[in-house]
Amino acid sequence: MTLRFVLNGAKTELDAHPMARLLDVLREECALTGSKEGCGEGECGACTVLVNGEPVCSCIIPVAHVEGAAVLTIEGLGGDHPLQHHFMNEVGAQCGICTPGMIMAAMALGPAPTLEDVKTALAGNLCRCTGYAAIYRAVMKWRGLEAPPSMVAE
Amino acid sequence: MSAVGNSVARKDGIGKATGAARYADDITFPGMLHGRTIRSTIPCGRIRSVRLDFDTTGFTVVDHRDVPARNAVDLIAQDQPFLVEQEIRHMAEPILLLAHENRERLYAVPVEVEYDEGEPLFDPEKSQQVFKTIDIVKGDTSSALADAELVVEGTYRTGHQEHVYIEPNGVIAVPEDGGIAIYGSVQCPFYVIKALRCLLGDAHPNVRVIQTETGGGFGGKEEYPSMIAGHAVMLALKSGRPVKIIYDRAEDMVATTKRHPAIVRHRTGVTRAGRIVAMDVDVLMDGGAYVTLSPTVLSRGCIHAAGPYRCDNVHIHGRTVFTNTPPNGAFRGFGAPQTEFAVEVHIDRIAEALGMDAVELRRRNALRPGDTTATGQTLRDDCSALMVLEEAVRRTDFDRKREEYKGSNRSVGLSLFYHGAGFTGAGERNLKSKARLELTAGGVRIAVGSTEIGQGTRTMHAQIVTDALGIPYEDVEVAQPDTSRVADSGPTVASRTCMVVGKILEECAHEMRDRLGGLSPAEYHSRHGPLTVERMYEPPDWIEWDDALYRGDAYATYGWGCDVAEVELDPDTFEVRPIRLTAVQEFGRPIHPALARGQIEGGTAQGLGYALLERVVMHNGAMANGQLTNYTIPTTLDTPEIDVVMMENPYPGGPFGAKGLGELPMDGPAPAVVNALRQLGFDVREIPATPELLSAGSRLG
Ligand code: FES
Ligand code: FES
Repeated sequence: MTLRFVLNGAKTELDAHPMARLLDVLREECALTGSKEGCGEGECGACTVLVNGEPVCSCIIPVAHVEGAAVLTIEGLGGDHPLQHHFMNEVGAQCGICTPGMIMAAMALGPAPTLEDVKTALAGNLCRCTGYAAIYRAVMKWRGLEAPPSMVAE
Repeated sequence: MSAVGNSVARKDGIGKATGAARYADDITFPGMLHGRTIRSTIPCGRIRSVRLDFDTTGFTVVDHRDVPARNAVDLIAQDQPFLVEQEIRHMAEPILLLAHENRERLYAVPVEVEYDEGEPLFDPEKSQQVFKTIDIVKGDTSSALADAELVVEGTYRTGHQEHVYIEPNGVIAVPEDGGIAIYGSVQCPFYVIKALRCLLGDAHPNVRVIQTETGGGFGGKEEYPSMIAGHAVMLALKSGRPVKIIYDRAEDMVATTKRHPAIVRHRTGVTRAGRIVAMDVDVLMDGGAYVTLSPTVLSRGCIHAAGPYRCDNVHIHGRTVFTNTPPNGAFRGFGAPQTEFAVEVHIDRIAEALGMDAVELRRRNALRPGDTTATGQTLRDDCSALMVLEEAVRRTDFDRKREEYKGSNRSVGLSLFYHGAGFTGAGERNLKSKARLELTAGGVRIAVGSTEIGQGTRTMHAQIVTDALGIPYEDVEVAQPDTSRVADSGPTVASRTCMVVGKILEECAHEMRDRLGGLSPAEYHSRHGPLTVERMYEPPDWIEWDDALYRGDAYATYGWGCDVAEVELDPDTFEVRPIRLTAVQEFGRPIHPALARGQIEGGTAQGLGYALLERVVMHNGAMANGQLTNYTIPTTLDTPEIDVVMMENPYPGGPFGAKGLGELPMDGPAPAVVNALRQLGFDVREIPATPELLSAGSRLG
């Protein structure tokens, strides 16, 4: 069927099976490979994108669900978003495979999150490399907040 | 400003944060097929027949008869086939390969395999087939035990652990002019080359391996990628087209390697005053169905089995055995997390038997410079056991908390540990690793096979070259590992990438500085053209190692750590919540403090998962909880605050004083947590310490 949605700000029309996974459509039909597949079962968050501003796991969403919606992927942030820079500067990305999903999940945070808010917002995103601390540092810095003392890298 | 010692920008650039970095599954080639692996569904038996009940037009089908030369993955032994011929030794063993351009169609077709089932063996204690035995003997342990004022015994068990790199395994084999290229998520590109040479023989000389951006490894992409690469290559050779094999999470968890489960028995003799006089340690590791890397995992496990303690009489006996389960393999720590868990829990039990404070017992027995280890190695000034212990106790106010938490649901526990850096014994000498520096028009390029798997290889290597050569950090580039273009710097394992490969690069940079004769790289290049410097690793000349007797200098140096875990128990659900983990670690000198800190935070989180959450449930020889839904790794909500303290004690043989770091943080968290549980009255001798285990387990009086 023909699907219409707004992808990274641009009106998009494409043919896809309505039950195709959004992740596959993004990666294979739209050549947006920034969203990753870590599990395919909604557990790791590597495939997180924003649909109408809400983070969703694109590996368990049939593409038909985004008909008429606004979809934002990591590519939609461009290459120069402050949160992206903070992730690299704070070593919030080690192997980097979780990073696009982490960043998209963090995008949904309000303006002045507490550390607990950040933890809760990222609870569906697994990172096996960092132990999360550097990710918190990146997100807090982006929001202009200080991370708690023991979490500040020297 | 020097680059070393500062947290300069990562060489990865911003690609990982923009989604531009290209991992194996992000890459496609024209005409590419997808590959699928048909695997055994029994743990033991023989294949009677394989039936393809579909129209195979458009499919490429490969079985063991398509193997060009030798059907064996070349590791320590050559016992593991790429594709089963007849005998099935474990669940999920590869039998047949299919490729097709349409992935849905590929996975929809039925393949029927009929078997004659055999009687599987799952219990390593019942296994008669021993892959490797190790004995480390120092002094006279049996008479020292007989004479000891007190003997404390205990048996400790650790389970499998799954790596859960977030990017599952994947490779692409691409036929190219006169040869074949393999792109993939691999830790050790030259291991893949070795395995493919054995598979292909002399008929296919031009094989190269290119590491794609790799989404985590932790040891899990050390040996198994050789298997997948072999499969993709056979499909590509038969079809004449590029073939991509990407495992989904379930296949990755069920079929690929895990940390070896272990059973460790201790009998320790002490004086009433708390001096350890004899240690008798028995280590049993479940190797799984093929030898793979089990002998070396056992080796490292045994060498660390007596813990960081001085003792004149030590006998460590280790063996790794066959079972009908998928082979266990390399995983961060490589045998040491298992044995250091055992000895550190045992030390707390000894203190209890003596009525002595466990910190005091460690203080009295911790290794000091001049002491000898179990293998008879005399430690030098870079031994820091006491330094990290005292700092951890002081920083956490350990003694006060121990008292204060008595009778509550909170407690603190401590572990003291160490980890040898680099290959064991004569390993580095035999490996003959090389590194290469190439002059470019504007600077230099590092050309080594060491892979960036998240830990920061590119960055720290560039920092070392920057300072050793005295040029700007921006002028140092790092080549993507391509075995046809880079020097074989040895595998990216064993905490050796910074200390060993970094050292060769430092020497390359010094030689290049001399050859430049005062000119900048750009000036030299424009006047004289290209220049390449290649050097081989020279281990310290004092290293002596007897591989038959397991005596001598096991490692050139060790990193030292002391972890303090503070935990809280929910008395109704038996859930244990780590509140804070203080990780005091000495690893020479950090080349890049933020990267080093990331290694400690990440390794500590993995260690906490190992301690409390990560339970592989085996059913009929296969992982029954092979999904992330059922196998839980720490999330943001399970990971406590990790207080990292990096102490310095430079190692003269490392670049800028650096030692290895990658594995050390994995050794400490599990015993620290279990020792905290002991304070809450739980006599835990096994990990993971799940609520089920705690509710069913024995309680201390
Ligand atoms: S790939 Fe979608 S949640 Fe893991
Ligand atoms: S950086 Fe590797 S999984 Fe998060």
